[in-house]
Amino acid sequence: MSALVVQFLNGLASASALFLVACGLSIIFGVSRIVNFAHGSFYMLGAYLAWTLTRGLGWVGYGPLGFWGGILIAALIVGLIGVLIELVLLRRIYQAPELFQLLATFGVVLVVQDLAMAIWGAQDLLGPRAPGLRGAFDVMGQRFPEYEMLLILIGPIVLGLLWLLFNRTRWGTLVRAATADREMVAALGVDQRKLFTSVFFVGTFLAALGGGLQLPREPVQLHMDMAIIADAFVVVVVGGMGSVGGAYLAALLIAQLQAFMLLVPDFEIAGLTISIARMTLIPSFLVMAVVLILRPYGLLGKAPSHARTQASVEPVVRATPPILAKLGFASVAAMILLPLIADEYGLMVATEILIFVLMAASLHFMMGPGGMASFGHAAYFGLGAYGAALAAKHFNAPMEAGLVAGPVLAALGGILFGWFCVRLSGVYLAMLTLAFAQIVWSIAFQWVAVTGGDNGVLGVWPSIGKTGFFYLSLAFAVIGVLLLRRAIYSPFGYALRGARDSALRADAIGIDVKRVQWAAFAIAASFAGSAGALFAYFKGSVFPTYAAIPKSVDALMMVLLGGVQTISGPLVGAIVYMGLHEQLVRVTELWRLVLGIAIIALVLAFPQGIAGFAAKRFAKEDGA
Amino acid sequence: MSVLSVRGLRKSFGGVEAVAGVDFDVTAGEMLALIGPNGAGKTTCFNMLMGQLTPDSGTVSFDGADITGLPPRAIWRRGVGRTFQITATFASMTVAENVKTALMSHRGDLGRFFARATALHKDDAIALLDQVGMADQRDRACGVLAYGDLKRVELAVALANSPRLLLMDEPTAGMAPQERVALMELTRQLARARDIAVLFTEHDMDVVFGQADRVIVLNRGKLIAQGTPPEVRAHKAVRDVYLGAGTTSGGH
Repeated sequence: MSALVVQFLNGLASASALFLVACGLSIIFGVSRIVNFAHGSFYMLGAYLAWTLTRGLGWVGYGPLGFWGGILIAALIVGLIGVLIELVLLRRIYQAPELFQLLATFGVVLVVQDLAMAIWGAQDLLGPRAPGLRGAFDVMGQRFPEYEMLLILIGPIVLGLLWLLFNRTRWGTLVRAATADREMVAALGVDQRKLFTSVFFVGTFLAALGGGLQLPREPVQLHMDMAIIADAFVVVVVGGMGSVGGAYLAALLIAQLQAFMLLVPDFEIAGLTISIARMTLIPSFLVMAVVLILRPYGLLGKAPSHARTQASVEPVVRATPPILAKLGFASVAAMILLPLIADEYGLMVATEILIFVLMAASLHFMMGPGGMASFGHAAYFGLGAYGAALAAKHFNAPMEAGLVAGPVLAALGGILFGWFCVRLSGVYLAMLTLAFAQIVWSIAFQWVAVTGGDNGVLGVWPSIGKTGFFYLSLAFAVIGVLLLRRAIYSPFGYALRGARDSALRADAIGIDVKRVQWAAFAIAASFAGSAGALFAYFKGSVFPTYAAIPKSVDALMMVLLGGVQTISGPLVGAIVYMGLHEQLVRVTELWRLVLGIAIIALVLAFPQGIAGFAAKRFAKEDGA
Repeated sequence: MSVLSVRGLRKSFGGVEAVAGVDFDVTAGEMLALIGPNGAGKTTCFNMLMGQLTPDSGTVSFDGADITGLPPRAIWRRGVGRTFQITATFASMTVAENVKTALMSHRGDLGRFFARATALHKDDAIALLDQVGMADQRDRACGVLAYGDLKRVELAVALANSPRLLLMDEPTAGMAPQERVALMELTRQLARARDIAVLFTEHDMDVVFGQADRVIVLNRGKLIAQGTPPEVRAHKAVRDVYLGAGTTSGGH
């Protein structure tokens, strides 16, 4: 009994921390519609800066600001950094296509990671303990730290203050109004730019505050950003985007779930030991999946107002301009001749790029013509890789069979997950794909008996040499891209694009929108699966990271960087992103910093993506 | 004979009875105007006919078959075309592609993944666009068209499945006055020539009394009058609730 009470209290304390981060993310999304990947970075920065101000400068005791002063000043500084980023970067790209801002915020994530590494180093930093709160309460015979008790209170206090801010001030009223209907607020003459900047300040301030308050609880380290962002996304989506109360409710639900899971003893089913206590990630993502299916806009969220909020209109898909077709032929010809001139390393790099070209093309198929952004495309890449590797490991399948098993497993995953995903749209759909990807990742990570867990599946070697494998990858990439391109120009592609442009009209001319999108989802999954299967043989091994968030982000970066609107975009994006990545890792320790800056520069220079920019230069614009 | 037959149609939102028991018929080749002041229940009524809303009670029959509560795509497959109050077209496609998509859907092509759609039904699409006077703009994107032109594209799309019934929700809203009459005259010719039943809602009384064969008047969810334009114009109840309120309630 006392263990249950203590776990409950632990859950409450974690909920407060989670809430601070998530509510900032939620407010920012509500007003600016930006999915801010950098939010976790602000949380991490808050923790690092608070460490510096209270302990890192060699001051006696907590230093001149004191413990609380240090945390607050750190949060204010990070809030100002947030303002700077909003002013310099995001403000320029609000008009860019949806999700393009995500690319920019991911650039910020990379930059902050390397800056933090350079400033604070790779080692964990132990924070100070809070003054006067070093003791512990006695809770039914168990010790419960005083600081945790304070955290339990901070959550509801911040919630209350935010409630007052949103309901008792003009600024708060405007924020709520903008969350409900941005265009209307603009039409009423409210200066949106000021509103966005101030909202960004409040959001980043709260994230940094959440980070600073973690000091007495856990060491500050470089993986804090990615660790919190996944949880924060879950909380925001479960609570309802833009809803602060929902964020608290969801934080409570998820933190309690995670706390009580630790108490579930291991058990066995059919010889398999199941350890619920160690499956920390699956349940929160399962909760998210269930909530999104039952309440598509989250617990307390509302359906976004549409009609007027029709985002950028996608350009017409025209026949490929002759110059581009020639360029395509020329690059394929060059690739065929590549083994004559390239050394082994060059060939390996080219092979990897080809595999990711296929991956990016498959994601583009569902994102561009399908209008369904996926934050979890690595799920199908990973399923493809595991399909091939497990067939090889457990059934001694030859490579040919493995290259079939991979896409088949991925397609099955796409059919299963897609059925749920197409019931949603926009960012909610994207979040659900992320949830499913995390579930795939968790299974790969935790079903050790079959997948080998963290150790992966080793010895998945191709039956042909490096040059042969390069040509195999080239064939897969070229044929895959051509098939997907063909599908975009096919009657099915028309139905898919129609469903994206206007579901209302599509339905009124006999198109079953959900079924068309479901089919596109499964097709994209199977092509990502063949990329994954190829990658398994290319690396000779398969690990859970193939299905993890960074792989999904990589795919997303390639598509967005190249430009969603053009068919050649993802190809260019894959080549540029992989090429940059590969070269930077070779030449500099600070490759994240350089890559991040490069991404930000590309975003600012080409808000339509690289290929989108080129297409504009080539083709005369239609009409307007 | 009646193509569309509506009996006892009802729909409430919360405590508000938007459509409170409506009966009417539309016959082949007939232009039937559904009019009424704002909030009378016209759009609710329309959305139930086309399957966007499910009625609380009542039946909608098309060609003698009960189509109540079917999804829009199923109703379309039976031969009902629709245009929307706020135009709904595929903005990223050209005018011709919009019509072609409807033609491909009608002819069961949309499941084909690897066929080339470029040449499919091209002539038929152009023929349809010719009828609404949009053939010369066929290669422009719908996203950049003028509003009146979009309305005509919608009409061509609605004609693609050779419908027996056309449902047009405020077909001329947002158009210039002379354009309005032209569009509805065009619709009327097409309806006559192809024996299509047309049900439309309209606020512009010039269009209603100039183009409709018959008019039904809805107020607060109930039909209060029906008949030929002169009959309705002379109807006491209509004058009281609708025309009596002055011409300002009509035009834009």
